[in-house]
Amino acid sequence: MTLDLLILAAADGFSYAGLLFLVSLGLTLIFGVQGILNVAHGSLYAFGGYTAATLAIWATEKQAPTWVLLAALVAAALLVGVVLGGILEIGLLRRVQDKDPVLQLLVTFAAFLIFEDLQRLIWGVSPYSSTEVVSRMGNLDLFGITYTVYQLLLIPAVALAVYLGLLYALRRTRLGKQIVAVTHNREVATALGINAKKIGLITFIAGAFLGALGGAMAAPTTSLVPGVGTDMIVLSFSVVATAGLGQITGAFITALLIGMARSLAVYTAPELEVAVPYLIMVAVLLVRPNGLFTVAQARRI
Amino acid sequence: MGVLIRTERLSLNFGGVIAADNIDFSLEEGERLAVIGQNGAGKTTFINICTGFLKPTGGRVWFDGKDVTGMEPRHIVRLGLGRSFQLPQLFLDHTVRQCLEISAAARSGKLSFLLPLARSVDAREIDHTLELVGLRDRSHELASSLPEGQRKLLDVAMALMLNPKLLIMDEPTSGVASEDKHDLMATLMRALDERKVTSWFVEHDVDIVSRYATRVAAWIAGKVAADGPPAEVLASEAVRREILGTA
Amino acid sequence: MARLYDIRVMTVLGSLLCLILGLAFPWSKTPIIVGLCFGIATLGVAAMVRAGQVSFGHAMYACIAGYTVAFLARAWPQLDGLLLILAGVGASLLAGAIVGVFVVRYRGIFFGMLNLAISMVLFSVIGKFYTLTGGTDGLRINRPTLLGFEFERAGFETVLLIGTLAAAIGLGFLVQRYFQSASGEALAGIKTNETRLEYLGLSARRVLWNGYFFSAGLVGLSGALFAMVQGLVTPDMGSWLRSGEFVFIAILGGSGHAIGAFLGAAVFELVKLFAAAYMTGVWQLLLGVTLIFVILVAPEGIIGLLMKKSALATRRGG
Repeated sequence: MTLDLLILAAADGFSYAGLLFLVSLGLTLIFGVQGILNVAHGSLYAFGGYTAATLAIWATEKQAPTWVLLAALVAAALLVGVVLGGILEIGLLRRVQDKDPVLQLLVTFAAFLIFEDLQRLIWGVSPYSSTEVVSRMGNLDLFGITYTVYQLLLIPAVALAVYLGLLYALRRTRLGKQIVAVTHNREVATALGINAKKIGLITFIAGAFLGALGGAMAAPTTSLVPGVGTDMIVLSFSVVATAGLGQITGAFITALLIGMARSLAVYTAPELEVAVPYLIMVAVLLVRPNGLFTVAQARRI
Repeated sequence: MGVLIRTERLSLNFGGVIAADNIDFSLEEGERLAVIGQNGAGKTTFINICTGFLKPTGGRVWFDGKDVTGMEPRHIVRLGLGRSFQLPQLFLDHTVRQCLEISAAARSGKLSFLLPLARSVDAREIDHTLELVGLRDRSHELASSLPEGQRKLLDVAMALMLNPKLLIMDEPTSGVASEDKHDLMATLMRALDERKVTSWFVEHDVDIVSRYATRVAAWIAGKVAADGPPAEVLASEAVRREILGTA
Repeated sequence: MARLYDIRVMTVLGSLLCLILGLAFPWSKTPIIVGLCFGIATLGVAAMVRAGQVSFGHAMYACIAGYTVAFLARAWPQLDGLLLILAGVGASLLAGAIVGVFVVRYRGIFFGMLNLAISMVLFSVIGKFYTLTGGTDGLRINRPTLLGFEFERAGFETVLLIGTLAAAIGLGFLVQRYFQSASGEALAGIKTNETRLEYLGLSARRVLWNGYFFSAGLVGLSGALFAMVQGLVTPDMGSWLRSGEFVFIAILGGSGHAIGAFLGAAVFELVKLFAAAYMTGVWQLLLGVTLIFVILVAPEGIIGLLMKKSALATRRGG
C-alpha cells in the first residue's frame, strides 16, 4: 500500500466517520432517554438523504446559490426529524412503553419495514443523486491527493460542531440537564417535576434529526439506492454497541475508529469491507461485555 | 455442632466507600441469627459477599469447611446455602406452583429436557411446602399476581425447596403488614425447625428479633459492632444509640 | 383439556390441508414446504423469545446448513439427500455450539446485536468470495437421490413435502415437550429472573446455551430443507432481514406453544402470496403493519388468543 493510498484511505475514513457519528449519536441519544434501540433509525437516515437530494435537485434547477443548497440539506433533515420522528414517538413508541422490551424493539423493526417500502414508493428504485453542492465547494490538495472540501472539511466540521454543541447543551442548558436527569433515572426525574414525556419526545425528535442529518449530508456524495438505510442501521448499531449504549463521547471515538478501519479495509482487503465493523464489535464485546465506555453496575437485590 | 460459615478479615471497598470493614464472623450449625442495623450499614452487602454476588476486595469466606471466596453464587448454593431476598426474586411469568417446581428440579442440578416439569419433581413435596407457607390456594396463579407479603413467602419457599444447610433471609418481614409479621415468622421458623435448617435473617423489628433469634449481630458502618445473645446485644450502649435510637 | 384437544385438531387439520393442497395443486408444494421450513426455523427463534431474547442473526444457521448442503452436493453428487440434510443440520449445530458459548454471555440488545454482527460477517464473506460461493448469485444444487431413490421433480417435491411435514410435526411435539420441561421452564426464567436461577444453583448461561444450541439446529434444518426444495442457496438466506422475518413469525404466532410457530408461518406465507399477486412492492409495508397490529392488539400472538379463548370456554363449560 503506497502512501498516497493511505492518505486517501484516511481522508475517506475521516469523512465517513463524520457521517457515521451523526447517525450513531442520534441512535445512542434516543436509547439513553427512551431505553429503546430504534431500528427505524436507518429509515430516518434514508429519508433524510432522499429528501435532501430532492430539495437539492430542485434548488439546482432554480440556480440557487451554494448556501441555499447547504441550507436545503439541513432543512431536509429538520423536516424528516420532526415529521417522522414525531409520528414514530407519539404514534408508536408511547403505545408500547409499558410492554415487554422485546416488543418495543420489534415495533421499531415494523416501522422500519414500512418506511422501506414507502421510500421505494416515493423515490423509486433507480439511483438518486445530486452532487452539485460538492462540486461547487471545490477541491483541496492534501499531501498530493485531491479531495473535495465538502467531504474532507464540511462533514467532519458538522460532526464536530454537533458533538461539542450537544455536550454543551447537556451540561449547561436547562433542557439538557433535564434530559440527563431522565437518562439517569426516569422515576426520580419525574418526581422532581420533570415532564419525562415531553423530554422523551424532544430527545426522540433530536435523535431522529441527527439520523436524517447524516443521510442529508451523505446525499451529495453518493447515489441513493434502496437499502442504504439498512446498511446504515446495522453499521450505526455496531458503533453504538461497541461504544456502550448511551455513551456520547464513546460513540464519537468509536465512529472514528470504525470509519477509519472500514476505509482502510476498502483499500487493502475489499472482501472484508462490510465485515470489519462487526469484527471490531465482536472483538470489543468479548473483552468488555458492556461496550468500551460503559461502567458496569451491579443490580440491586 | 460445627461452624457452618466463617469469614476472616472480609472487606469490600466501593471506590472509597467501605461497605465491609475487615469482618471476622462465624455461624454455628443450629443457630438462628438475627442481623440488625441501619439501612446502608452493610448487612445486605455482607450477604452478597458471602453468597458470591459481590467479590470481596480482601479477606476470605468459608462455607461448610470449603473456601468459597470469589465463587459464583450457583456454586455456593450447590454446597447448601439458600438465600431469599429483600426484593423477592421470582419467576413472575410462572405460576406459584411452577416456581417451586423449578426450585425442586434445580436441586438435582440436572434439568430434564423432555419430561414435563411437574412430573420431574415430587408433587407431595411441593404440596407440603405450599401448605407450609400458606400459598396452596394460590398455587395456580401467576407469581406476578401475588401481593408483596406473599411474594416474600414464595421467595423464601423457593430457597427452602433446595433443602439448604443454611438459609439466609434478607428482611423476610419487610413489606408485610405488621399484624401479619409474627404469623409469618412463626411459620418460617416452624418450617426451618422441621428441616433442621440453620438460619440468619435481617430484621428491623426488635420484638421479632428478641422473640425468634438465638443470637443477634449488630451492623454499624460496615462492621459487626455487637454480637451475642439477644438480650445482651439489644441492651448494649452502641446498639441502643446507633440502631434503636433509644439511648 | 380443551386446549390440548384444540391443538391436536389443529395439527391434524393443518397437516391434511398441507397434503391435500400440495397434491391437488402441484404448484403449491413449494410454498407449503417453504412455509413449513419457516415454521421449523421459527420454533428455534421462539425458544429464544421465551428466554426474552431476540436474535437478528439466526438466519445465519439456515445459511450455514444450506451452503453445507450445496458444497457437499457439488463435491459428491452421489450423496443422498437425507445425508445432505443431516450434514447441514450437523454443521449448524456445530456453529451454534461455538457461537453460543460466546453470545449467551449477553442479554437484550447486545444479544441481538452480536448475533446480527456475526451473521453480517458471514453474509458479507459469502457475498464476496465469489469463486467459492458463487457470490450473490449463489450456488445451484442438482437434485440428489432421496433414501436411495431417484425422483423426477414432481416426485421429489412430494417426498420432500411429506418429509418436511413429518419433521415439522415431530419437532413441534419435541419442542413443546422441551418448553414444558424443567430445562424449558428455566429457559423462560431467564426472561424474568436470572438472579433467582443463579441462586437455585443453575447457570443461566448454560440454560440459554442449551436453548441456543437447539435453536441453531432447528433453523439449520429449515435451511437445509429450503436449499433442497429451491435447488439453490444464496447469501440472502442468511440476511438480517430473513432473521427479522423469523422473529416476526415468532411474535405473530406467539411463543406460548410450539404450534404458534406454524400458525405464524402459515399466515406469513399467505400474506406473502397475497402480496405477490395483488400488492407487489408493498410486501414489507404489509408485514410492518401486521406486526404493529399484532403487538398492539395481541402481544401473545395467535396462539395467545386461541389459548385465552379455550381457557374461557373451559371455564364456561366446566
